[in-house]
Amino acid sequence: MKRIQLGPFNRVEGDLEVSLDVEAGQVAAARVNSPLFRGFEQVLVGRLPEDALAIVPRICGICSVAQSAAAAAALADLAGVTPPPNGVLARQLIQATENLADHLTHFYLFFMPDFARPAYADRFWHAELAGRFTATRGTAAREVLQARARFFNLTGFLAGRWPHTLALQAGGSTKALTGAERIRVLALLREFRAFVEGTLLGDRLEAFADIVSWPALQEWAAGRQADFPRFLMAAGDLGLERTGRATDRFISYGAYGLFAAGLWQAGGSVALDAGQVTEDTRHAWLADAAPLPPALGETVVVADKADAYTWCKAPRYAGSVVETGALARQLVAGQPLAGDLVGRFGASVTARVVARMSEMARVLPEMENWVRAIVPGEPFCLPAPMPDVGQAVGLVEAARGSLGHWLSIKRGRIERYQIIAPTTWNFSPRDSEGQPGPLEQALVGLPAGDDALPTVQHVVRSFDPCMVCTVH
Amino acid sequence: MLKVLWLQSGGCGGCTQSMLCAEPRPLFDELRDAGIEFLWHPALAQESGEEALNILSACADGRQAFDVLCVEGAMLRGPNGSGKFHLMAGDGRPLTDWVDRLAAQARWVFAIGSCTAYGGLSASTPGNPLEACGLQYDGDTPGGLLGADFRSAGGLPVVNIAGCPTHPGWIVDTLEKLALEGLVAGDLDEVGRPLLYADQLVHHGCARNEYYEFKASAEKHSDLGCLMENLGCKGTQAHADCNLRPWNGSGSCLKGGFACIACTEPGFEAPGHAFQETPKLAGIPIGLPTDMPKAWFVALAALSKSATPKRVRDNAVVDHTVIRPAVKKKGK
Repeated sequence: MKRIQLGPFNRVEGDLEVSLDVEAGQVAAARVNSPLFRGFEQVLVGRLPEDALAIVPRICGICSVAQSAAAAAALADLAGVTPPPNGVLARQLIQATENLADHLTHFYLFFMPDFARPAYADRFWHAELAGRFTATRGTAAREVLQARARFFNLTGFLAGRWPHTLALQAGGSTKALTGAERIRVLALLREFRAFVEGTLLGDRLEAFADIVSWPALQEWAAGRQADFPRFLMAAGDLGLERTGRATDRFISYGAYGLFAAGLWQAGGSVALDAGQVTEDTRHAWLADAAPLPPALGETVVVADKADAYTWCKAPRYAGSVVETGALARQLVAGQPLAGDLVGRFGASVTARVVARMSEMARVLPEMENWVRAIVPGEPFCLPAPMPDVGQAVGLVEAARGSLGHWLSIKRGRIERYQIIAPTTWNFSPRDSEGQPGPLEQALVGLPAGDDALPTVQHVVRSFDPCMVCTVH
Repeated sequence: MLKVLWLQSGGCGGCTQSMLCAEPRPLFDELRDAGIEFLWHPALAQESGEEALNILSACADGRQAFDVLCVEGAMLRGPNGSGKFHLMAGDGRPLTDWVDRLAAQARWVFAIGSCTAYGGLSASTPGNPLEACGLQYDGDTPGGLLGADFRSAGGLPVVNIAGCPTHPGWIVDTLEKLALEGLVAGDLDEVGRPLLYADQLVHHGCARNEYYEFKASAEKHSDLGCLMENLGCKGTQAHADCNLRPWNGSGSCLKGGFACIACTEPGFEAPGHAFQETPKLAGIPIGLPTDMPKAWFVALAALSKSATPKRVRDNAVVDHTVIRPAVKKKGK
């Protein structure tokens, strides 16, 4: 047996190291290490509850708004306030802009460059994909940066800026969109739709959203001149629809009133009970304790702990290992294509990427509807006075999956603040029962070692990890 | 080509994400045509794992020449000076070691973002157990990882492109200035920030200026009025050009309806009061506009409040214009 350390595992958000035990050219066991510790939960203790809105976005530069949304939801829970309709719509628009932009960034800048690797030089698709997706120099880079920057102009109108806005508040949004701005925002959405339809999908969003099965998807993609069909061409050749299965148990907190919350397993969804969430610190450089619900969670550093190999805790749902992300969201929401793919092959690199595209096709038209539903002149924000004592939870979906904030306040100050980020679920280490985390399971059996194809690279990046959130 | 080597440490990666929003030209085109290229960047480069470590080692050993070391994120020296809070993946050495060795080889060293410049939020955990600091500052005190006396081969201290996050233009323009004609000490302010954006105040060009003039203040979130008196805005004290150089097309914090929290300033992360509330003494904001004598501020505020037009007074406390500016007919 040989142990390989892969790192710095770049083109992910933050720092990642993957350790592989390799036997006869295959991964026998994997350990995922988040080698950076950040300590944000301690930063928050003792602060005023509203200060969380300035602090938590800075946990993450790529899902900054999702962090804000989780804190705003928790504070609204504390204050017992429901934002007015305009405030809800504005918050959804800001959050969806970040989520879809993250999907775009992931696909073009983080994930696709691996298909340009020289290891694939003999494949029929290599020249085309290398020309298009080689990091920073491929022809797609300039087009996607332009589309992404323009799409983020939505946040210039709705949130002041991205990342790190204070626009999302417990009572709604600080920015009341004017009638004139509403027209510009709709125009920006049409511009982004033109990019997604023309360059990424090569079809109308609505037509793509109607695809319900793996055979129909293959038929749709064949010969289509656009970037996502180009991925499907290479992925089909490499069998990536059968690669990278984890636990096939999925969690989603639900999003926008459009995608339901739930737990998906064995082909169907069941209701979610947030009380079943616990975190285990057995293999993290943190003090040992029985697995604790996050409302009672602790983050106490023990840097020289034996058998520990990461700064990441191991969240579990009813003791089970679960995966989160766009695929989980689409499965729990009952999206047929996601269900068909996972039903046939289990979760995979391809299924995870397909789910992001499905989400792009389903959410963007909704964003257009949300803008139309905004009524200029009606309120965007209500006062949300904080109590002196209380406990609250904020559960939202970031691009990468389920994000939860659990906080309690005492004498008007934050007494405890615990966060479980999407990649904390997906890249969790082994727990006290010895169960490996989702990525650790997904890597087992893959080719590795000298001259192996870069399959491990695809599987790791198919989760779209965000390590800075993981180690908040 | 000006070669840029980029590292990330105790931060959120948001300055890179922000930089990718550069407009009007796509970032890679903009930089390439100005003679600037990334030698390696953790979020963007093709090379991963061993290939990436080879590039970094060659740079640290002096075998690979490069021009600018950009570091994004605070330096984590803990626990107990070990640097274990951030070890380089695949290598196991503390990031702080890598930064020390690479800074010694770089012609210029840029701290990207307020964490890297001054420590930022990473350094604000009570008691600072992360032992976090900036590259050449601990808050507003010179020192940090590299020490107050550090000068890169190009003869400058660390260039602090502060901001949380940084505006894409601040990074791009500083790199382009360097590529065009170099940087000298006179291009930086007292805390190492490029004057090309830090010689302004956020207040300059603020779209709420009329409300400021008349001290017509917002009272709650989403109100149109000036955010200085009640809602914590520090735009009149913070050094940056956020309202002259818009964010994401047309935005700024003030345009977004929330306070400037002075994220380009050392220590912004621990203001000693609620971020979104203005601390006051006897009803007067403690933090007065930069360069403004207190007595004059108080006198002018009292005068301008008494002279506030009804339109400005009424619009300040609602979220949409309820009284439009009057339209005068000719000859009346």
